[in-house]
Amino acid sequence: MVNLTIDAVQVSVPEGSTILEAAQAAGIRIPTLCWLKKLSPIGSCRMCVVHVDGVSRPVTACDTVAGDGLVVTTDSDELREMRRDVLRLLLVRHPLDCPVCDKGGECDLQDLVTEFGVTAKEYGTEPFERQLPRYVSPFIQQWPDRCVLCGRCVQACTEIKGIGCIQIVDNGLHSYIGPKPGAECVSCGECLSVCPVGALTDGVRETKARIWQSERVETTCGYCGVGCQLELNVLDGRILRVTTTDFDKAPNHGTLCVKGRFGWEFVDHPDRLTKPLVRKDGDLVESTWDEALGLVASRLQQIKDEHGPDALGGFTSARCTNEENYLFQKFLRAVIGTNNVDHCARL
Amino acid sequence: MTNAIACVDKAEAFLVIGSNTTENHPIIGDRVKRAVTRRGAKLVVIDPRRIPLAEYANVFLQIRPGDNIAVLNGIMHVILQEGLHDAAYIEERCEGFDAFAASLEKFTPEWVEQNTGVSADALREAARLYATADPASILYAMGVTQHTQGTDAVKALANLAMLTGNVGKEGGGLNPLRGQNNVQGACDMGGLPNVVTGYQKVADDEAMAKFDEAWGRKVRREVGLTVTEMGNRAADGSLKALYIMGENPMITDPDLHHIEKALDNLEFLVVQDIFLTETGQKADVVLPACSFAEKDGTFTNTERRVQRVRRAVAPTPGCRPDWAILADLMGRMGYKAEYAGPEEIFEEIRSLTPSYAGITYDRIENEGIPWPCPDTDHPGTPILHVGGFARGKGLFHPVDYNGPDELPDDDYPFFLTTGREHPHYHSGTMTRRCGRINDCFPEGFMEMNPVDAERLGLATGDPVKVSSRRGEITTKVQVIDRTAPGTVFMSFHYSESPVNQLTNSAACPTCKIPEYKVCAVRVEKL
Ligand code: SF4
Ligand code: SF4
Ligand code: SF4
Ligand code: FES
Repeated sequence: MVNLTIDAVQVSVPEGSTILEAAQAAGIRIPTLCWLKKLSPIGSCRMCVVHVDGVSRPVTACDTVAGDGLVVTTDSDELREMRRDVLRLLLVRHPLDCPVCDKGGECDLQDLVTEFGVTAKEYGTEPFERQLPRYVSPFIQQWPDRCVLCGRCVQACTEIKGIGCIQIVDNGLHSYIGPKPGAECVSCGECLSVCPVGALTDGVRETKARIWQSERVETTCGYCGVGCQLELNVLDGRILRVTTTDFDKAPNHGTLCVKGRFGWEFVDHPDRLTKPLVRKDGDLVESTWDEALGLVASRLQQIKDEHGPDALGGFTSARCTNEENYLFQKFLRAVIGTNNVDHCARL
Repeated sequence: MTNAIACVDKAEAFLVIGSNTTENHPIIGDRVKRAVTRRGAKLVVIDPRRIPLAEYANVFLQIRPGDNIAVLNGIMHVILQEGLHDAAYIEERCEGFDAFAASLEKFTPEWVEQNTGVSADALREAARLYATADPASILYAMGVTQHTQGTDAVKALANLAMLTGNVGKEGGGLNPLRGQNNVQGACDMGGLPNVVTGYQKVADDEAMAKFDEAWGRKVRREVGLTVTEMGNRAADGSLKALYIMGENPMITDPDLHHIEKALDNLEFLVVQDIFLTETGQKADVVLPACSFAEKDGTFTNTERRVQRVRRAVAPTPGCRPDWAILADLMGRMGYKAEYAGPEEIFEEIRSLTPSYAGITYDRIENEGIPWPCPDTDHPGTPILHVGGFARGKGLFHPVDYNGPDELPDDDYPFFLTTGREHPHYHSGTMTRRCGRINDCFPEGFMEMNPVDAERLGLATGDPVKVSSRRGEITTKVQVIDRTAPGTVFMSFHYSESPVNQLTNSAACPTCKIPEYKVCAVRVEKL
């Protein structure tokens, strides 16, 4: 353990912890922008600057290891001004297009700019046009001017997904997130989910909503056996997109694959069945629940009476819930009276 | 899985066999890659395809489809021969070791090389990597089970894990990765002909007495029919009615001709699904159900974690949740089944199922709990068999290698193996109706090695006819160095190229899983 003092509070943290982690352990907030708990420190934005006694220039808390006996100050006029300058410089590039940005209302840049009282684009620049290649994933829309070049997306793609198909290309005002040769994007949307601003947005649905207008319902992905936790964002009874905001939760810690993140459009597909169908004169025709279920009940009963319960069977579903699977086998075992129940996917 | 997904972070080595993890269980695949690249964990990959994870492997054994057991036995032979096994663990916790050790004698690395083409040196290297790491985790999927010797291969893997003392250990274990989201739950809930919930056997009179009483009907004590057997009985006319909930065997069954005949032969077929599937088109009654986003309930993931499913949008007008349809039908057939909602059903489940007894909706509101969870104070069990096996001692099963049921010959010179493509899912009913996903991945391909492609004069995009003893389909070729020469690969998501027209329905005699992973085909340019 190492012991240090942060804003006059004594903190004791495991060896190797950063100053930021030590502050968090003591309940002291240091503003950050590029730092994200699930990624190793990037150290690109300099929002997290702090004073360390005996060190002449402020250091970045997110990637500086907490040494024994350090005395750290996290807030001062000088530090606030430095942070303000970080934000002013970001706004040189970043347009004030918040009203039309998907991220408005849940954007780290917006929050920090508000917190530090930056009220306008203070440093100007000549507008310029750029010709960029399409973003690596067709599911994601890229807004290069909004990018704060924090590098989270690059870090996440490399560290979390082990892919590494994006990088910061070009430099200065012209830099943007572009493809990195040698690796292929799998459209997992990890980059999208870690972007602190609206530089990467979900490209599946046209309809958008502010965070306070839509509802977020946490549920379990319906595709594979990993059972990732995700949030369905819903507006007026329609799914808008999928988000993950809890990076601490098992089993997926906020990470998804292309199916979980972008594979929900089938829910309101026009092909969805909306009425029971009953075969009449060889064709399936629309019917009512009453007629259809009445027919199922009477035909199953009749076959059971004529041929015994083992002339009936059922395939239950690895896609349905536990409750439904339970009821299905109970139906066959208790109501029909047979153990002829199985499912198609045995692993 | 015997172990939690998070255990991947603790493993010093992985043996990944028959699992294209990064595409089929991407989140687990990511973690394995992370362990390898960031912690230096060792990785052995055994697969007929050069899957993406092979790029990260210390040793990649590109085997012929169907040779899993030969290779695993070879690995265990090396471990024993070089004294890399965990003798103390075996002594203390296992039995049947001597007969098992004797059964490995013939599987020398040289024998394996001669009979399977896998290099003896690479095999030794794989054995050493896995056996000297502590803990070491085995991950496997349908590439192991979908064979005529599927059960034997799983036993061989269990032997390997016990031999090296890796069962009941954090970061170790024997970890099957379940294909569909709730296969684990469907099995746990008694969606099997021989067991009711929590694997309580229908033949076990004492356990069934509890169900007789709770359900008010006597549960039959004879084991029922499996999917494959029901198909056969339907075809021969002795099974008259079938109720299919949320499955599409007309695409996923290993023998599509057979299943079509079987379904056509039924007197009465009910299909309950969210779309009119290929199977639904054969039904007498089709019942429109709700998707996962429209209903409440629970799924149990591959690490046995019971997690909430929550209704996010109202049911599509006209649809009902599957549980509500079933309850209604039970009522109409004179059996009272009135539930206020899924939670009440779950309460009934846990009252009858010791491994679920301690799990409640309240307890899993924030995070799921892995069973067994015997009471409401129990935290759940992320790792099975800690300190001892459920059955007492871990039993070694000698397993012999027979090879696949069908081998290539002059008429059908290629091995065909099947699997998934990451953006799509199963029969494609759902993902192929996701506009974006289908725009990006609209059609299936058959992967063929450049050597074979050159010999047949084929280039990527060329249409081909692929035929086996059972049928023929057309698809397009993708020339890619992923399978070895002599083996081609297709995925099964595309109903316009139903690969299961080709596959062999010969099944594992014990678990009845068909040999989807190996058959012999001929490829002709169109
Ligand atoms: S979608 Fe996934 S793979 Fe593609 S760039 Fe983003 S993080 Fe990387
Ligand atoms: S795209 Fe987003 S995450 Fe990536 S560097 Fe720009 S602002 Fe950061
Ligand atoms: S998001 Fe992907 S990995 Fe996670 S459960 Fe869904 S399909 Fe599986
Ligand atoms: S948060 Fe520390 S440099 Fe960005």
